[in-house]
Amino acid sequence: MMQKTLAEEIREGRWRRLKALWTKESYQIVRDPSTILISVVLPLILLFLYGYGVSLDLDHLRIGLVLEDTAPDAQRFAKSMTDDPYFDVKIVRDRREIIPDLMSGAVRGFVVVPSYFSAFRYRPDVIAPIQVIADGSEPNTANFLQNYVLGAFNNWLIQERLQGDVKRLPPVNVQPRFWYNEQLESRFFLLSGSLAIIMTLIGTLLTALVVAREWERGTMEAMMSTNVGIVELVIGKILPYFLLGMVSMTICAVISVLVFGLPLRGSFLLLGLVSAVFLFCALGIGLMISTLAKNQALASQIAITAGFLPAYILSGFLFEIASMPVWIQCLTYVMPAKYFVQCLQTLFMVGNIWGLILFNLLPMLGIGAIFFLITAYKTVKRLD
Amino acid sequence: MINRILILIWKELLAVLRDRRSRISIILPPIIQLFIFAFAATLDVKDVPIGILNRDNGEQAFELVQRFHGAPVFSHIIYLKGVEEIAPFIDNQKGVMVVSIDEQFSRNLDAGKPANVQLILDGRKSNTAQIVVGYTSRIVDQFSADFDAKVGFEPENAALISRIWFNPNILYYWYNISSLVATLSMLTCLVVTTQSVARERELGTFDQLLVSPLVPFEILIGKIVPGILIGAAEGTLMMTIGTLVLGVPFTGSLLLFFLSLFVFVSAISGIGLFISALSSTQQQAMLGTFIFMMPSVLLSGFATPIENMPTWLQPLTYVIPMRYMLIISKGLFLKALPASIVFHNIWPMAVIACFTITGAGAFFKRRLQ
Repeated sequence: MMQKTLAEEIREGRWRRLKALWTKESYQIVRDPSTILISVVLPLILLFLYGYGVSLDLDHLRIGLVLEDTAPDAQRFAKSMTDDPYFDVKIVRDRREIIPDLMSGAVRGFVVVPSYFSAFRYRPDVIAPIQVIADGSEPNTANFLQNYVLGAFNNWLIQERLQGDVKRLPPVNVQPRFWYNEQLESRFFLLSGSLAIIMTLIGTLLTALVVAREWERGTMEAMMSTNVGIVELVIGKILPYFLLGMVSMTICAVISVLVFGLPLRGSFLLLGLVSAVFLFCALGIGLMISTLAKNQALASQIAITAGFLPAYILSGFLFEIASMPVWIQCLTYVMPAKYFVQCLQTLFMVGNIWGLILFNLLPMLGIGAIFFLITAYKTVKRLD
Repeated sequence: MINRILILIWKELLAVLRDRRSRISIILPPIIQLFIFAFAATLDVKDVPIGILNRDNGEQAFELVQRFHGAPVFSHIIYLKGVEEIAPFIDNQKGVMVVSIDEQFSRNLDAGKPANVQLILDGRKSNTAQIVVGYTSRIVDQFSADFDAKVGFEPENAALISRIWFNPNILYYWYNISSLVATLSMLTCLVVTTQSVARERELGTFDQLLVSPLVPFEILIGKIVPGILIGAAEGTLMMTIGTLVLGVPFTGSLLLFFLSLFVFVSAISGIGLFISALSSTQQQAMLGTFIFMMPSVLLSGFATPIENMPTWLQPLTYVIPMRYMLIISKGLFLKALPASIVFHNIWPMAVIACFTITGAGAFFKRRLQ
């Protein structure tokens, strides 16, 4: 037998300890139903909720049409609205009939064709008005309602002009092209972004709960009394959960593509790499929370408030970051989810845009490293 | 009996409020969320960067580009030099739209032929993109009309006049605050109630409670009331901050608001206690909370309007108490909602409250036997 050097023995000991830790954690994962619940059931529930429940597409905009004027001009305008597939039009004769519907939310707005509309239309000195009233208590819908009505109005104008004596069309046409999402399905970008939220939650909750439980039950101190080093402890804790997180990410990605028809235009490998880096961040946050809170209830509460909510609000998955006030925009820079959302939306819908993805990977790595450093520092202090 | 219940309620309140960390966790996060969410959660579009590629040297194209400069929504305009710059611009999300004016633009216009403006938009942000198209169309329509007038055509004498009721400037934070009152009071109420039984069970003190002279019904009341009190207090606090600090109007009846808030947090407390009774550890209770909270937030109309969901999913939202509270809260804040519509939305919450509270009560009884 060859004599081992001291360095070799140390290295071997480290490996043995790491392997022992991994075995312990793996058993803990397999035997604890809540980890499976968090890593498989919860993401699936969330994915279906986001896939079906969250949508910004107004396919059937319920709108009232108050036709005070019944002359042919007004009728033609009414037809341009009822023909529009985006509208669910309710026609009434008096605006008092539609106001209760607007109050209860049965319609999101209404269009008024006043009684003097067709009379004014043929007088050169006055403008024939059509009024749109939108319900501002649903701001996004109100915006879209205005745009849709404007579209119907412009269509009607073109028809009118084609029938008129002058036959003149508007001189400038606007031709919008929506790249990467021709059908304008908000589901695509919401779904790819929601993967970031789901992963934030899984990663943070998993470690937050599990590590906090060890602190709470005192088994963490038992572990600290062994000769496991701090780095080994962190790696030993993180790696099994990292693998678990990657498994749930894969499940989510596959279901998004197969069930929800999300295109995957980038490479699967790059998606894996980006997810791995993000998961590193999310687990780091979870580990930090649990180390600071040392109590499950508090840890999970912080995990939800500090992990989930910022990811939901500040990641840009639903809300446009450029439209936020500057002080909030600054906050978004420390949210790993913001970078992940951009990567995901790009990888799924556009393809491998290397510049953008690298630009987003680096901040994630940095943020993750900071979280781990804080955790290591805090845990060391606790050992004293 | 009353005395016993009061003592239990007092004990529960102390259990929640005595610990500094849990006290902070009830008061601070909702306020921070209120402020951040109120201003961050906006689907409005302003200050988004756009690109312009003007390949026409003519006067008309220059005129049109100037109009984009004048528009307040487009404050960052980046000029592209060639068609080959469009793809990298959009792909790397340097901006959400590129306005492309071709070489023929001015020539066509001057010749009386229709001219085209092409817009290339980032479909990754389909909502923003559509709103941006809306703004752009208005700019171009105005340009068209002015051009027509300039060359001597009779101007169009029909016009569309837009008005927004209840929130004339489409301020998102008005909408957010009125929704957050419901969301945040639900969140706090849930955290308080779901932990109450689970914590006692984990610590073993629930058995002590069971051997005390309290009957299950009294325990139920004693556990539910603190949740209602804290949830309602949170809702009131949010409403006060929203109206007094952030200046969101409150147009409806205060009495109706408090009545609805009370019914709402009762329903939520019932659900919270139900989750708590089902779970044997605090961790399970927290997960249960979360599994209830997510669909509530996403399907209640808080995240996106219910009418956008697939038709088969919409009936599912009827069992979510928050759906009703959102209608009431938004209505009372912004729309001066009449009492009839408020009551129409209160009774489903009352039914849910009855079901969940009796359900939780049944669980307590079973535990006793």
